[in-house]
Amino acid sequence: MPKRSTWVFVGVGLVLSLFLAGFVSYYASSSPDGLEKVAGDQGFLANAQDSANANLPTAGYGIEGVESARLSGGLAGVLGVLVIAIIGFGMFWLIGRSNKSKAAKQDAGQVSA
Amino acid sequence: MQSHLAQIHTMHIPDGFINAPTSAVAGVIAVVGLAFCLNGARRQLDEKTAPLAGLVAVFIFAMQMLNFPVAAGTSGHLLGGALAVILIGPYAGALAVSVVILVQALLFADGGLSAIGLNIINMGLVTAVVGWFVFRWLVKIIGVSRPKVMTAAFAAGLVSVPMSAVAFALEYAIGGTGTIPINTVTVVMVGVHILIGLGEGLITALTVGAVFLVRPDLVYGVHDRLPKKLLVTTPSVSTPANGS
Repeated sequence: MPKRSTWVFVGVGLVLSLFLAGFVSYYASSSPDGLEKVAGDQGFLANAQDSANANLPTAGYGIEGVESARLSGGLAGVLGVLVIAIIGFGMFWLIGRSNKSKAAKQDAGQVSA
Repeated sequence: MQSHLAQIHTMHIPDGFINAPTSAVAGVIAVVGLAFCLNGARRQLDEKTAPLAGLVAVFIFAMQMLNFPVAAGTSGHLLGGALAVILIGPYAGALAVSVVILVQALLFADGGLSAIGLNIINMGLVTAVVGWFVFRWLVKIIGVSRPKVMTAAFAAGLVSVPMSAVAFALEYAIGGTGTIPINTVTVVMVGVHILIGLGEGLITALTVGAVFLVRPDLVYGVHDRLPKKLLVTTPSVSTPANGS
């Protein structure tokens, strides 16, 4: 098991991420990003097609039907953090666990040797 | 009232910029790359570092929502590849960014579904390789202290972003649907992404610096180069000294 302070560290990081995605994101620049700006200036932005899932209720970092932009974007941010937390912690836990079983086998081998 | 679509503005490569055959090949390359990373992460991650890797994925997602202005009418956002590899190693780092890109494309329709492979190559794999080698090369030369680690982290972040833009320019050269000369695309993409790279470097340096301050043992990029005095970070339960 990780040291207790590692869990404290991860907990603080999670709360910070929720705050950034759920609240601070409202204040992010809404100018086009580097790729979009270049595509616009160079005249190939029009080639962009809507993603096949562009009609999802969560498309574009908002929640369909939530009128307030602050709330809609914030909820989408919180949703994204939770989904990535589930996938990320789950995936890396599985990967790390397989490493422990290897280490345990090595230890056992050393003991019996 | 602004539409919710206009509020948060990050755009990865959408469908339609790069033709289908090129996107498909990129998808295959991305899958092979991720399988390679999965295998590598199995050797580098353990039970202690696994929760940190999960946190890195979450933090990068949150930070990617925070577009910062870089020039008139242009913004940029963290890519996170350099940050991820410095904190959790090259293999887990590339996986963490790729998880973010997958969720962004599938859940938020940010980045085209056919372009997932392209986006994973550019933002997950290229930034991981470039960020890792720049960081490791620099700490090898200048050594390990908080300011030095932050300097190396800044450089790794700074260099990783224009290299990601170069990767896009290559893909555009191979299968771009526009008619713009490849030289022009390369120059303007790299130009604006050097500016974004400055922001990337700053965020990477500040984040790595903060982690190094509280838990230097959690910075994978220096795990084999930490000065001895930094190895004991949590006060162990002290036994009363003899005779006192």
